[in-house]
Amino acid sequence: MTPLLEVSDLKTRFFTQDGVVYAVNGISYTLNEGETLGMVGESGCGKSVSVLSVMRLIPEPPGRIVGGEVLFEGQDLLKMSPNEIRRVRGNRIAMIFQDPMTSLNPVLTIGRQVSEALELHMGMDKAQARRRTIELLETVGIPQAADRFGDYPHQFSGGMRQRVMIAMALSCNPQILIADEPTTALDVTIQAQIIDLVKRLRDEIGMAVIWITHDLGIIAGLAEKVIVMYAGYIVERAGVKDVYGDPRHPYTMALLGSLPRLDEVRRERLTSIEGLPPDLIELPPGCPFYPRCGYRLNRCREEMPPLEPVELDHEIACWVDVKQ
Amino acid sequence: MQRDQVLVEVKNLKKYFPVTRGIIFQRHVGDIKAVDGISFDIRQGETLGLVGESGCGKSTTGRTILQLYRPTGGKVYFEGEDLTALKGNVLRRMRQRMQMIFQDPYASLNPRMTVGSIVGEPLEVHGVARGVEKRERVQELLQLVGLNPYFVNRYPHEFSGGQRQRIGVARALALNPSFIVCDEPISSLDVSIQAQVVNLLEDLQEQFGLTYLFIAHDLSMVRHISDRVAVMYLGKIVELTDRDSLYENPLHPYTQALLSAVPIPDPVVEETRQRIILEGDVPSPANPPRGCNFNTRCPVAMDICHQEEPEFKEVEDGHWVACYRVQ
Repeated sequence: MTPLLEVSDLKTRFFTQDGVVYAVNGISYTLNEGETLGMVGESGCGKSVSVLSVMRLIPEPPGRIVGGEVLFEGQDLLKMSPNEIRRVRGNRIAMIFQDPMTSLNPVLTIGRQVSEALELHMGMDKAQARRRTIELLETVGIPQAADRFGDYPHQFSGGMRQRVMIAMALSCNPQILIADEPTTALDVTIQAQIIDLVKRLRDEIGMAVIWITHDLGIIAGLAEKVIVMYAGYIVERAGVKDVYGDPRHPYTMALLGSLPRLDEVRRERLTSIEGLPPDLIELPPGCPFYPRCGYRLNRCREEMPPLEPVELDHEIACWVDVKQ
Repeated sequence: MQRDQVLVEVKNLKKYFPVTRGIIFQRHVGDIKAVDGISFDIRQGETLGLVGESGCGKSTTGRTILQLYRPTGGKVYFEGEDLTALKGNVLRRMRQRMQMIFQDPYASLNPRMTVGSIVGEPLEVHGVARGVEKRERVQELLQLVGLNPYFVNRYPHEFSGGQRQRIGVARALALNPSFIVCDEPISSLDVSIQAQVVNLLEDLQEQFGLTYLFIAHDLSMVRHISDRVAVMYLGKIVELTDRDSLYENPLHPYTQALLSAVPIPDPVVEETRQRIILEGDVPSPANPPRGCNFNTRCPVAMDICHQEEPEFKEVEDGHWVACYRVQ
């Protein structure tokens, strides 16, 4: 089966006054039809920049995709013209963002914003688009959808705005939904509603999902495959049960160890990871996790390890076998 | 079982923020009932977790206890003294004993002051130390929180979020308080840094016998750090009990829904979990529902829940709930 999305050696940098920021440093992964991929990492690890690169939403300047290939249904998105990519974006691949207040246009009604995509990509006329919009708003659980068509984003709560974003994203029946931290700013009970909604729609439509978050709890309940990122690299890639049950990269292990669990009776101390993530402007030649790693070797400081399998369908970028 | 001494006593605390209308003549048209009659104790040496979602009133509670907001009603007793009756210099002297750590490590430090000045300011303001003595105390405090005392002359923007939060902790400790309100101290930090700061807070608590009110929305972290936990919803406490009872035997429907909504980083557990998905949004605190304020979203609401507010009662030893279903 050909994968729906094939990212190969993607590299993105930002050329700033302070130096070159090495945001994404050669990442590769595939996404199959109907699959849910979780991208996990802390702030600055490159997860958002990598999907913005896929969507060709990186502002140039100061950013630039300097290498790699992104094959969507066999075509390289990075080589498309602006018109061609616009036909893909919002249509075949849709995206929802973290803060719906800043990603919704405050001066347009939400009805207009949803129907815009329908008129543009699906060629509907105003009346058709309006009908379909109301249908979509109902599907995502906006009460009294027909009445609320003419309302503005500020008249909705955070959870409702995120639902509007989801309606917009789904309006053209995309094959891939990219969700970049869509619930981080929401309360936990609202977050549960949104995740539940996306799961239901995903199962109904059969779309693939890339869900980006720093919350390892969300990924555990949502993803089939997981990518763990650190300083612009993928450090671990495996099925969800393997990543959580048998993590092999020291960073993944440390991250899981530092999390308190809701269902856990008291642990004496959280295992913290000493130090800080590296400055992406001064990325050292070796593994970026070297200064904080409990398993480090001299080799780690000099050479960045490639992503390689340690088990079937389980890869890590590490010179050390933590099992020894 | 011997009860620990009570350090802070909150009785029927209320904090309302007036809503006004009109430009020239402002009419008082209503109130945002941020905190609407809550009562609880905090015992010497314990960590009381205060949880709830945004708008529930937990931050306002923390600030009102410390008299950063003066209460609209009710009383706060600290070390036996009625804080609500104090003002001016008398209240100010009490502040040496009760401090706060804030949520936003970027906004809570004055960007134009050096770290040394920030941490030393409480010592100056209260006339506790000056000159060499103050400098030495500042260095001691920085070391206590795991920062290099060499950083005394640096400015906040030169530090990471986690380090700034440590500066905030050092400042809070400067006057040797007995009670610290931690208002979402780790929410804006990366996951791997959160553990560092929480471990620090726990170590300091042990070293200095501190009492914490730990306000947070991260229920997993609250479970780790707290001895007892109170759950707030729309200005009221709906449940209060010891940590293990809350997480293993939650009685209030809101607590149950809240706990079921928290993701657990374990795919095997997540697969089999039963989620209670609440409908709708939280009502406005300017216009709370009649009766129990949870009745608009409660999956098991009865008629009486829409008519009269349930009493906050002790239903089991040390386990308090405000719910008709539990009584």
